[in-house]
Amino acid sequence: MYVAVKGGERAIENAERLVAEDRRGDPAVAELSLAQIREQLRLAVDRVMNEGSLYDPELAALAIKQAQGDLVEAIFLLRAYRTTLPRLAVTLPVDTAAMAVERRISSTFKDLPGGQVLGPTGDYTHRLLDFALAAEGAEPPTAPRAEAPVDAAMPRVTDILGREGLIEPAGDGVAAGRPFDITRQPPELPAGRDQWLQTLARGDEGFLLALAYSTQRGYGGNHPFAGEIRMGTVAVEIVPEELGFPVEIGEIEVTECQMVNQFRGSDEAPPAFTRGYGLAFGRAERKAMAMALVDRALRSAELGEAVRYPAQDQEFVLAHSDNVEASGFVQHLKLPHYVDFHAELELVRRLRQEWAERRREAAE
Amino acid sequence: MESTGPSTEARRRWMGILAKAQPAELAEAWERLKLAVPHDLLCAPEVGMAMVRGRMGGDGAPFNLGEMTVTRCAVALEGGITGFAWVAGRDRRHAELAAVCDALLQDPRHRDRVMRTVIAPLAEAQAQRRDDRARRAAATRVDFFTLARGENPR
Repeated sequence: MYVAVKGGERAIENAERLVAEDRRGDPAVAELSLAQIREQLRLAVDRVMNEGSLYDPELAALAIKQAQGDLVEAIFLLRAYRTTLPRLAVTLPVDTAAMAVERRISSTFKDLPGGQVLGPTGDYTHRLLDFALAAEGAEPPTAPRAEAPVDAAMPRVTDILGREGLIEPAGDGVAAGRPFDITRQPPELPAGRDQWLQTLARGDEGFLLALAYSTQRGYGGNHPFAGEIRMGTVAVEIVPEELGFPVEIGEIEVTECQMVNQFRGSDEAPPAFTRGYGLAFGRAERKAMAMALVDRALRSAELGEAVRYPAQDQEFVLAHSDNVEASGFVQHLKLPHYVDFHAELELVRRLRQEWAERRREAAE
Repeated sequence: MESTGPSTEARRRWMGILAKAQPAELAEAWERLKLAVPHDLLCAPEVGMAMVRGRMGGDGAPFNLGEMTVTRCAVALEGGITGFAWVAGRDRRHAELAAVCDALLQDPRHRDRVMRTVIAPLAEAQAQRRDDRARRAAATRVDFFTLARGENPR
């Protein structure tokens, strides 16, 4: 248990100033701007927005600068800031079928309407250190443009499978009304899919990645295929009370992953592929894929599969996926626990003394 | 609203264009407009959040994905016409200018001029950016041929 302590103000203040000096690093090196972080470390910005659960690239860039690139700390800073803002609106669900696609691939169908669009990916190239980047001041590179743009809207692979009834319908097992909101309601177990999708969306990428990997290695596997991954911008609309009709407030970049998994059938329904779904802010393919695998694993109970492994265990996954909570609880061990520890010290001394006395008595 | 008021569809369109404008672009267009119409702030620009929702599987039941910053503003022109703005981000000036434009666009005396000077160029810039990104992506469209199993494209 942590017991409040007093004192050390000077040391604390100086430690803060030391952080500031170290954050700036060598003054002979130019200072990082938020615009540089936003433009050139965009995947770090996206991760911070996802797990910080707030889409705002400038704020995420500031958090990264302040945290000296410690993304888990930056996520904490963004999460803390979000508690100072009022919630003004809830958006209509974003329509990913109408996404302005920048990347869209399927590992299940070669040919699909709209085509396979690789977008900005390094998946098919050697991932070796590029020393050309070490030299600064090169001409900004530009990528080629095609004559014709990509299709304005593309069907999802799951829509194509759905037309033939080969895949279960998209989840609609949520009671009518508002979806669960973990920022407003205490967590419930067993959780609904709406609750865990929100939890996974802000969950630690490393934790979800490890869980997803565990399912692939046999700890609750279900033969997944990356049915489709798409990335691009979607319009965000709200219906302001004063207007009564939907208006677009802007566009956000998102990544969506549809995992297609092995079958399930019953006396009532013929066998069909099952789904796992991942959706994340920005460019976050690894996160969206991990989320989709864990989503499918968490559906084990609903799909009549034995719940045996960590990734299938709602309580385990949902209680441990948040890195703000996890890092807070792990790191609180650094705070003074003097009183607590001294009580234990007394106890262990007494136990040792008793132990020695018993030995002596036995020897006599 | 007057009988010559805009359709909801027209208003939806320009509010969307104003919201998606880059703040600097909108400020520039506003300068070009040179329209000195006094307005009252009914609701000063306020920064907050909107909870973004997605759908399970893309088209299933909704769930909460995470929040985004948003700024809202409401203004009234002298004649009583009110303008609203809801814009992504935290730029108060963006929200206020968007709300003033929304009000002016509802006023038949100003609509054409604001459409011409503000909305049309903003829409054009947005369409160009969108087209450029779509053509950039299209240059990476690929046909995979499976070799081992001999499946041919349909």
